[in-house]
Amino acid sequence: MTDTASPSHGGEGETRRDFLYLLAGGMGAVGTVAAVWPLVDSMNPAADVLALSSTEVDLDPIEMGQRITITWRGNPVFVERRPPARIEEARAVPLEDLPDPEADDARVQRPEWLIMVGVCTHLGCIPKGQKQGDPLGEFGGWFCPCHGSHYDTSGRIRKGPAPKNLVVPPYNFLDDTKIRIG
Amino acid sequence: MSDFQTTNPVIKWIEYRLPVFSFLDHAIGTKYPTPKNLSYWWNFGSLAGLMLVIMIATGIVLAMQYTAHVDYAFDSVERIMRDVNYGWLIRYIHMNGGSFFFIVVYIHIFRGRYYGSYKAPRELLWMLGVVILLAMMATAFMGYVLPWGQMSFWGAKVITSLFSAFPLIGEDIVIWLWGGFSVDNPTLNRFFSLHYLLPFVLVGIVVVHIWALHQFGSNNPLGIETKGPQDSIPFHPYYTVKDLYGMGVFLAVFAAVVFFIPNAMGEADNYIEANSLVTPAHIVPEWYFLPYYAILRSITFDIWFLSAKLIGVILMFGSILVLLILPWLDRSPVRSSKFRPLHKQLFWVFVADCILLGWVGANPAEPPYLYFGQAGTVYYFAHFFIVLPLLSVLERPRPLPSSISEPVLKGGGTAMGATTKPMEKA
Repeated sequence: MTDTASPSHGGEGETRRDFLYLLAGGMGAVGTVAAVWPLVDSMNPAADVLALSSTEVDLDPIEMGQRITITWRGNPVFVERRPPARIEEARAVPLEDLPDPEADDARVQRPEWLIMVGVCTHLGCIPKGQKQGDPLGEFGGWFCPCHGSHYDTSGRIRKGPAPKNLVVPPYNFLDDTKIRIG
Repeated sequence: MSDFQTTNPVIKWIEYRLPVFSFLDHAIGTKYPTPKNLSYWWNFGSLAGLMLVIMIATGIVLAMQYTAHVDYAFDSVERIMRDVNYGWLIRYIHMNGGSFFFIVVYIHIFRGRYYGSYKAPRELLWMLGVVILLAMMATAFMGYVLPWGQMSFWGAKVITSLFSAFPLIGEDIVIWLWGGFSVDNPTLNRFFSLHYLLPFVLVGIVVVHIWALHQFGSNNPLGIETKGPQDSIPFHPYYTVKDLYGMGVFLAVFAAVVFFIPNAMGEADNYIEANSLVTPAHIVPEWYFLPYYAILRSITFDIWFLSAKLIGVILMFGSILVLLILPWLDRSPVRSSKFRPLHKQLFWVFVADCILLGWVGANPAEPPYLYFGQAGTVYYFAHFFIVLPLLSVLERPRPLPSSISEPVLKGGGTAMGATTKPMEKA
């Protein structure tokens, strides 16, 4: 029975053996995660999906007070040329009245142009208010029919289950009548 | 060798090398003793198995005609309905099969609730059943997206958006689920892949579910264990024939719906092709999800740092996950509600509560429905966390018969010498 470990080295041998088990197990776990990661990451947006992530809009034909909808990354983007009265209305709201406090100035680059992703921040429905005759909600902005969220003239949540204001996408003015979103 | 007897030389030859016949004989045959008092409520397990087979069979041939692409999916389903031989029949079976699968499984679950089938030693059997329910729901949800109708698209959008409720990583999770910035072609493709995969995962869990069932055998309407051979009969032929009879009745009802009212349980809006820029006025899930949808929408207020949306999501998933710990919430030692006078009534209150929540889920999230939904949600969770634990202590169960055969033989001085003895309180 000389093949078995001698008792005198037992304590030391076990510690080494434990270390090797842990090391091998740890490497195995790291290797498994490394092998699984490409599979998981493959489900993230692919390069061609990301390549479609900017879009240009010509603002010239939009009349005062008109709202148009364009598509950006598969989602609607609301563009409104706001009349001064609606800008004033948005500015006059005290910030403490807002569930998600944000000044109107912080949501626009030029006050006349309100540009937002038209997706309700509750569960992703498209709020009403873009077409003539649509309900505008109690605050004159947009109204989501799915679960009753009301947005104001700055697209800020005022009432209902949505937690956040309508998202302002990244955009910049290429010139006075043209913007690029994304 | 095994205890399997046959004179057929071919079967003998196979059995010697692969004992599949004795295995089956022990699993669903003459060597599987089954309580002799099972009622028709015990048919729904085998009916659920039948539905799984029907769904896989019809699904495989539908997949041969279906195109998982946003530009073709809707049209390919219409082509199945109009041009493919028997396509209308196969799709209507698959479409209504989803509903009937849930009808069968819900009855199966409520039967387990009524007769205490989840209690020791069958806790794992019950928990595997809850996992089966979850896998079924995921499969059904993704399958509903495939025809790419308006309700497919917006149902998918609303439900996947639920995950954005999680703090910090919520938005990234949703983009990962979608494979883009909205429900789109990548989403449709992965849903098709998973919708095809999950039923086979289900088969695997069902096998383990049945394995766990065979460890202690079926519960029964009296909720007491079999005490010997006089309490049981062989599964075959007694319950094979009873299950087959039940299947005949069930398939007659199923066929009547498929042939005469195939769209009764569907939403008309799903025959409009998906449009990512127009939300339907009313987004409603399929009927079997309505109670959970009502719970989700009943939360309209924040609690501390938790948003209403997050609480709604947690409660919706919690309403199913709570079933996993049901064996430890209901501590009453008596299984069957036949001997639990209070549980018997409160069970039906719970069933009524689920129906109420289903009705609320089908209606807009506004008063007065909202208040019914909130009341229903409170009772749903109170039933698990207050009513059941209290009943375990307060309820005085009726005396249990000493064996399954005793009430059948009217306690007529049988060999068991059985007299009813009062159930000692735990």
